[in-house]
Amino acid sequence: MLGFSRAQSAAFLVMLALIVAAPFTLYPVFLMKLLCFALFACAFNLLIGYVGLLSFGHAAYFGMGSYIAAWTAKTWHLTPELAIIAGGLTGAALGTVFGWLAIRRQGIYFAMITLALAQMNYFFCLQAPFTGGEDGIQQVPRGALFGILPLDNDMTMYAVVAVIFLAGFLLIHRVVHSPFGQVLKAIRENEPRAISLGYRTDNYKLLAFILSAGLAGIAGGAKALVFGIATLTDVHFAMSGEVVLMTLVGGMGTVFGPVVGALITNSMEYYLAQFGSWVTITQGAIFVACVLLFRRGVIGEIAAKLRISL
Amino acid sequence: MSDSILETSGLTREFRGFVAVNDVALRVRAGTIHALIGPNGAGKTTCFNLLTKFLQPTRGSIRFKGRDITGLKPADVAQLGLVRSFQISAVFAHLTALENVRVALQRQRGGNFDFWRSDRALSVFDDRARALLDDVGLSAFVNVPAGELSYGRKRALEIATTLALDPEMMLLDEPTAGMTHEDVDRIVALIRRIRAGRTILMVEHNLSVVEGLCDAITVLARGQVLAEGDYAGVSANPAVVAAYLGSNDG
Repeated sequence: MLGFSRAQSAAFLVMLALIVAAPFTLYPVFLMKLLCFALFACAFNLLIGYVGLLSFGHAAYFGMGSYIAAWTAKTWHLTPELAIIAGGLTGAALGTVFGWLAIRRQGIYFAMITLALAQMNYFFCLQAPFTGGEDGIQQVPRGALFGILPLDNDMTMYAVVAVIFLAGFLLIHRVVHSPFGQVLKAIRENEPRAISLGYRTDNYKLLAFILSAGLAGIAGGAKALVFGIATLTDVHFAMSGEVVLMTLVGGMGTVFGPVVGALITNSMEYYLAQFGSWVTITQGAIFVACVLLFRRGVIGEIAAKLRISL
Repeated sequence: MSDSILETSGLTREFRGFVAVNDVALRVRAGTIHALIGPNGAGKTTCFNLLTKFLQPTRGSIRFKGRDITGLKPADVAQLGLVRSFQISAVFAHLTALENVRVALQRQRGGNFDFWRSDRALSVFDDRARALLDDVGLSAFVNVPAGELSYGRKRALEIATTLALDPEMMLLDEPTAGMTHEDVDRIVALIRRIRAGRTILMVEHNLSVVEGLCDAITVLARGQVLAEGDYAGVSANPAVVAAYLGSNDG
């Protein structure tokens, strides 16, 4: 089904059922935040899991998507779908420039360049007038979908966010299982060999980077409309770190890992919020445990145990 | 005027004052198997990296099929039909043997930037990939991840992948290095079979392989061409014997 293996189809149906059932028992706004981060982590996983590129500045694309969606929805009164698309295009455009600069270097240098560029973007957002500096862009209206369907109701908004997440999730799955994705995996496994087969690998890496940044921008844009706010938190390097954490905890290079990773880290933040700074300490402990005990992440380990791919 | 397919003149590569390859004029005739031999550190692999553009020469030029390729990128050289293998076996470890070969076959589709299309579009290459795997004796390992294959089979897979591009010229970097006797025999037989219509330049340490297989030999020592000719001529050359045995200051 949809190019999924049998185990993946089963997992997908479980995920679908949970997405449908969850808002009737859990707080929809929390679930929407979860779905936005899940999409963000899936987009990040496209790079690290399938091309082997560790971007340490993915907050730049997520955050700029968030700012632009918020700004266009508030100032130009764009309908939510257009505002989110504007956010995605902004992420993709920024990803084109930053990616083009960063893919010239490998490994840790690549990570450092993406981090440095994201920091430049952070200071731009801090200074630029349209972002509202420390205040951010507040009171962003959710508007009406296609100008018809008002999204003020959390359940309606939830349905929209769920559709965006599923569309993004399936697109990433398709990218991974496309002729293009096959070349990406070859590059991840052995870049010099892929070059020697006649592939100009930089072009493939750049397109993957743009797709990933664009989807991160969409996730950021959706989050801005859910909360009605876009702030510096979204472009801060702590956000870049968080997406790395989600992906590694869930299992990089797996289809469902980033989703589970987003679920784990966001649930911790949400349910442990009453313990204050213990959240950070718990997250740190879990991260250390993951790195030491199950390097493949939660889903990665389960898949390896059952000898299936998830 | 000549029937040479690959020609270099004055090919030089310096690394911070160390000259790895010095003024090498190499001429490989079309349709031959040409060996590049020499003691460790003679510059054989550097030479390969220069020919396939993985390294830029400091000086000198490279002509392939009469065309100057000195300024090209490595992927472009591969697209012209000059394809290399690597000294350490270069397979895509997490892809199956079939997928490994298919990655090379799908080059024919052109860019392969179609990220929206299902990879079922690649199944048209499955038969050809199976045939290539069969050719190198890997038909029983079609769906095995390449990383789980034995060393000798990885090398065979690498050759199948290279052959999938149907290159006019193959550069094989130590195809039999680290292999058992049976594996060496298998690879030698394979190279004999695939040589039809192709030119092969290979780095090889195993002199009995070179003797049985190669039409011409170039001996490199300290980055320079020490001798050239057929096996009998080269092996009788006192300078070559000295370089291999390290008579005075080796």
